[in-house]
Amino acid sequence: MTTTAPVISPTPGQRRVLVEPVTQRRVIASEWLKLRTLRSSWITMGLAVAALALLGLLIGIITNSNWNHMNPARIARFNPVDASLGGVNFAQLAIAVLGVLVISGEYSTGMIRSSLGAVPKRLPVLWAKLLVFGAATLVLMEIAAFAAFWLGQAALAGHGTTISAPGALRSVIGTGLYLTVVAVLSVALGFIIRSTAGAISAVIGLLLVLPGIMNILPQSWQDNVSPYLPSNAGSDIYTQHPDPGSLAPWTGFAVFCLYAAVAVVISAVLLDRRNA
Amino acid sequence: MWCLRRFRSVPVVIKATDLTMTYGDKTVVDGLNFELRPGVVTGFLGPNGAGKSTTMRMIVGLDRPTRGSVTVHGKYYRDLPAPLQEVGVLLEARAVHTGRSAYNHLRAMALTHGISRTRVQEVIDLAGLTEVARQRVCAFSLGMGQRLGIACALLGDPQTLILDEPVNGLDPDGVLWVRNLLKALAAEGRTIFVSSHLMTEMALTAEHLIVIGKGRLLADQPITAIINSAGRALVLVRSPDAARLRDLLAGPDVVVSSSHAGELEVAGLTAEQIGQVAFDARIVIHQLTSTKASLEEAFMELTNEAVEFHGGIVTPEEAA
Repeated sequence: MTTTAPVISPTPGQRRVLVEPVTQRRVIASEWLKLRTLRSSWITMGLAVAALALLGLLIGIITNSNWNHMNPARIARFNPVDASLGGVNFAQLAIAVLGVLVISGEYSTGMIRSSLGAVPKRLPVLWAKLLVFGAATLVLMEIAAFAAFWLGQAALAGHGTTISAPGALRSVIGTGLYLTVVAVLSVALGFIIRSTAGAISAVIGLLLVLPGIMNILPQSWQDNVSPYLPSNAGSDIYTQHPDPGSLAPWTGFAVFCLYAAVAVVISAVLLDRRNA
Repeated sequence: MWCLRRFRSVPVVIKATDLTMTYGDKTVVDGLNFELRPGVVTGFLGPNGAGKSTTMRMIVGLDRPTRGSVTVHGKYYRDLPAPLQEVGVLLEARAVHTGRSAYNHLRAMALTHGISRTRVQEVIDLAGLTEVARQRVCAFSLGMGQRLGIACALLGDPQTLILDEPVNGLDPDGVLWVRNLLKALAAEGRTIFVSSHLMTEMALTAEHLIVIGKGRLLADQPITAIINSAGRALVLVRSPDAARLRDLLAGPDVVVSSSHAGELEVAGLTAEQIGQVAFDARIVIHQLTSTKASLEEAFMELTNEAVEFHGGIVTPEEAA
């Protein structure tokens, strides 16, 4: 460490450091670097990829080895596409946690003050985080979903199917799409709630607990409301043959996107209005 | 009026107008009006809870004023196209993600303004963080964290620096470094606004002081004026013939008190005047000392009414 008189600019008065105006593109570059330079990003994304791809393989191997001991009813219900994509439930937990951390980590450490000090218009930070984390999730989860499908079908061998089966390609691509919307929803809830624990609870409550609570309600309510719950609507896109009572794949996905869009709008309004 | 404004030699950099911040029913900053001019280190002084940090947060748009406004070069901070070039800021609470290295933190900040890696390395060297720049910030000491905060504030080579308690947690080496840095920056014509609750630190770095208490402006003056206006310049006199001298010194504006035999504390007369009186009356003087109110005393006098958290006075009987 040094105590010598510092030199800030060798030629005072002259602008020596090149500084350019803040643009959305520059904020995106900054957020991309932020995402890459945290250990938690790599660990959690790695877990999501592993959960999705390796569970597809694992389910395939186990099913294949047990095939001869499975009862006929189970065999009749067995769906090789859905089986290979079974890791989506674990992957969404990892994506939700990381999506929340992308912003709640800034609030807990105080980093948000630096971020908003550099970008005082604020909203570009929200758009950049959504875009960067959404894009990273989309790319990695599509790769993982295809890996899960191929590995799963390879392990199922004769009991498997091909990507050209009806609804198979849509289910595989849909897995990545669903997880991308989970990412967007989590980032938005992170901006709204700001605390890590609170926001993770909210995402998990919304996606996993809410459908369970529905079971307490009368059957007629369940039939009318259940298909429109976020994770139920969203799950249609990665299910080869959705239940008769549920929404059509793309309709369900649109409903799920709508939830995320509402969360994004609320987060934008709050980010703009609240004191940081 | 227009002519007067035009010929005023130094432009206003930061201007607060009726700046007010209310949290619930608690008014933290209450109708502040002040202006900051370049080339000067302006100290921002006040007891804990006086509203210093909130004022600074409002300048950089982190908190929105309940009433009034604060502008940088006539614009709201929010509307500056490249804010890091105009204002560098170090807030009291840490503002760095602890899981990232110092280098990557500065890189992320730099990218928002298209600032080069060369400049990032420059501020790292300037802050004396060269050795530790690749370590994660969670391993940093308080002093290293402060240095990183200052490096970040300097990133855009800003015209104005707003520093909340910059010497907090620094070792003597670091304190000296901050002092020299602030002076060098002000000498380059930059505006420096630095808060502290340490009067001694202000006396060494600041030329101008803005003093607040309970969110209200108490003084906005050059530091020398604040010390002088605190008045109470006393002259301490020791003499074996103190009683006779006391009678001779008596006058309408003169207050003489004595706490020890042979000692007088005189207010209202200079040391020269007292010396002359004693000499004329052939009184022996053992000591004749002018004591000026220190900045510390001046500050205590100013903020006496406005201290948020008063320590209770414990008398010997109570303590027993």
